[in-house]
Amino acid sequence: MRVALFVTCLNDTLFPGTGKAVVTLLRRLGCEVEFPEGQTCCGQMHVNTGYRDEGVRLARHFLDVFAGYDAVVAPSGSCAAMVREQYPKLADGMGATRPGAFASVHGGRSGFARAVAEVTPRVYDLSEFLVDVLGVTDVGAYFPHRVTYHPTCHSLRGLRVGDRPTRLLRNVRGLELVPLPGADECCGFGGTFAVKNAAVSAAMCADKVANIESTGAEVLCAADNSCLMHIGGTLSRQRTGVRVMHLAEILAATERDVGGPMSREVPAVDPAVNGEAR
Amino acid sequence: MSAGPGTFLGMPAFPKNAEEALEDSQLRFNLRKATHTIRARRQAVVDELPDWAALRAAGKAIKDETLRNLDRYLIQAEEAVTRAGGHVHWAADAAEANRIVIDLVRATGETQVVKVKSMATQEIGLNEALESEGITANETDLAELIVQLGDDWPSHILVPAIHRNRSEIREIFLEHMGEWGRPAPADLTDDPKALAEAARLHLRERFLSAKVGVSGANFLIAETGTLVVLESEGNGRMCLTMPRTLISVVGIEKVLPTWRDLEVFLQLLPRSSTGERMNPYTSTWTGAVEGQEFHLVLLDNGRTKVLADEIGRQALRCIRCSACLNVCPVYERVGGHAYGSVYPGPIGAILTPQLRGTASELDASLPYASSLCGACYDVCPVAIDIPEVLVHLRAKTPHAPAERLGLKVAAWTLDRPSRLRRAQRLASRLRGLLPRRRLPGPGAAWTDTRDVPAVPEESFRDWWNRTEGGAR
Repeated sequence: MRVALFVTCLNDTLFPGTGKAVVTLLRRLGCEVEFPEGQTCCGQMHVNTGYRDEGVRLARHFLDVFAGYDAVVAPSGSCAAMVREQYPKLADGMGATRPGAFASVHGGRSGFARAVAEVTPRVYDLSEFLVDVLGVTDVGAYFPHRVTYHPTCHSLRGLRVGDRPTRLLRNVRGLELVPLPGADECCGFGGTFAVKNAAVSAAMCADKVANIESTGAEVLCAADNSCLMHIGGTLSRQRTGVRVMHLAEILAATERDVGGPMSREVPAVDPAVNGEAR
Repeated sequence: MSAGPGTFLGMPAFPKNAEEALEDSQLRFNLRKATHTIRARRQAVVDELPDWAALRAAGKAIKDETLRNLDRYLIQAEEAVTRAGGHVHWAADAAEANRIVIDLVRATGETQVVKVKSMATQEIGLNEALESEGITANETDLAELIVQLGDDWPSHILVPAIHRNRSEIREIFLEHMGEWGRPAPADLTDDPKALAEAARLHLRERFLSAKVGVSGANFLIAETGTLVVLESEGNGRMCLTMPRTLISVVGIEKVLPTWRDLEVFLQLLPRSSTGERMNPYTSTWTGAVEGQEFHLVLLDNGRTKVLADEIGRQALRCIRCSACLNVCPVYERVGGHAYGSVYPGPIGAILTPQLRGTASELDASLPYASSLCGACYDVCPVAIDIPEVLVHLRAKTPHAPAERLGLKVAAWTLDRPSRLRRAQRLASRLRGLLPRRRLPGPGAAWTDTRDVPAVPEESFRDWWNRTEGGAR
């Protein structure tokens, strides 16, 4: 199976450890992973902030880069949801009142719509790919820590990944999964919402952090580094001692990696590149 | 996603209102308690219906079909109401609707009207318009009474006084009931029963003396010209039946083709709004009953403009249940006043800018008053894709120049992988200089409460290139 990694612009730039963890994990499970180097960004920030024309250009670029693969795996529920849920809307209706949005992209609207229909059904969030495509829920991971899981809005209500991530976590040896109160409530990141409505965003995160602390977990896990950057930045500012980790990083960890308490090392990862705060 | 430069500049009005609201810890406590209670109640009565998804799809389909043929159904309704002895008036905007109501009340010679809780009359500012003509509008819904006595604004569609707790209500009753009629008893406690009894006695006098009633309607059934009002207290029914003249102001999107269609909405609405299986008081009337004069004012006020927007028009499916408010994490923390409209919360964020336009700073900021978490769409009984409409409206709203520049630079950088790589390498070289706890300029909006992640020495793509994907 030809599997393309869509690492996402955020992970590429700020959280390369997550991308490396996905590579490690998928290879361990027998996949041949490619990294199409033309990739940049799915366009979510632009579309969701109201810059549809720029977003459409980036979407068109994504569709060109990822055409022809058996599967495209993204370690981000939000970016995968953008491609699978919002690209069809861009093709179908959201650009309708402004046909100019497609004037600067090759193939025009009809070409865009064809590429959307061809490429987007094969784009998966990591947990979907593991559970639905590879058919595994035990990925052979070992992570002896108390972990709570934040399901993130776009995985939950966009992609509807359901309990796939927690099924994967429950099969990690040594891991104690503790339920997060109010798990389905938004953390307040919301892309540019976090700065446009910073006060509301912070108030939402304060409640999320209180819920996380009530679990006594050492690690907060999620399948999206954008939410984790926001929650982790708050956890770090408040000196809670709770660390954040992407689902891929926990699933990539094995007995070999346990170098000490709270080790975040995974094979082929330089610890220096893993920022503590997100 | 990083904070693009300039996103904090040109900061619009909703964030400012929200910031003020967030400082009121009593308000946050009241809202949290109330929204979580209603939320849980709604979830329980929705979960018990095996056919909820089908009902929701039916509600959406009926509304869409009606909106597609709105002209036809409205004329059908007008004919039916007229046949049944009612008078139908068409109002293009708020000013025209207010003028019609004022003239109708004037013709009766009365200076007092009793009101059924109604969003349409609040939308057009009817109470204020009547007051300027020397006519007093008496709100009779308990929560609207609290708002009116307190000279306050409603902050929720269904529970307009949701921002008040019972001790605040006691104070309002003691201080202001006497100004409008029968005063509250001097020994009034904040026991909900005592508060309700005080309101009951106070309102009864107003009902008994009223000659003119003003209402809205939840539904207008085209085939028979029947109006339908759902309420929980019975006060609405008093206003609908006792006065000699009844005037109903109804948005044109409230029409339903047939009684069969109503069946769907009588299931969807109570479960979504109050979390009840069946609505307590459902009043229906067709035209004028004997001895009563009935006027129907059909209100456009921007609705046909909304109907013309392919994406935005789904907002007209709204049945004003408030489920989206109760589940919204933004509404829960800031309350309704921050939205600066009688329609607050997620539905307000898509309805107000469409009805009023985005000329004001506040209205232009409303499409951004959401983290796009999608909880509103999940609970909407007529499946309005609120996040989709929010994003659509964001694209139609003018952007602040500094933000525009920031997003354009970001788009230019992301347009080519080579540019992204250069930007990443530059950031990596400067990584030691970048502050983690206090960013300058617009970045301060991030670092006020959050640390910034460390920039890695090497991006993922550079690592992949250097090691051939970890093979070396």
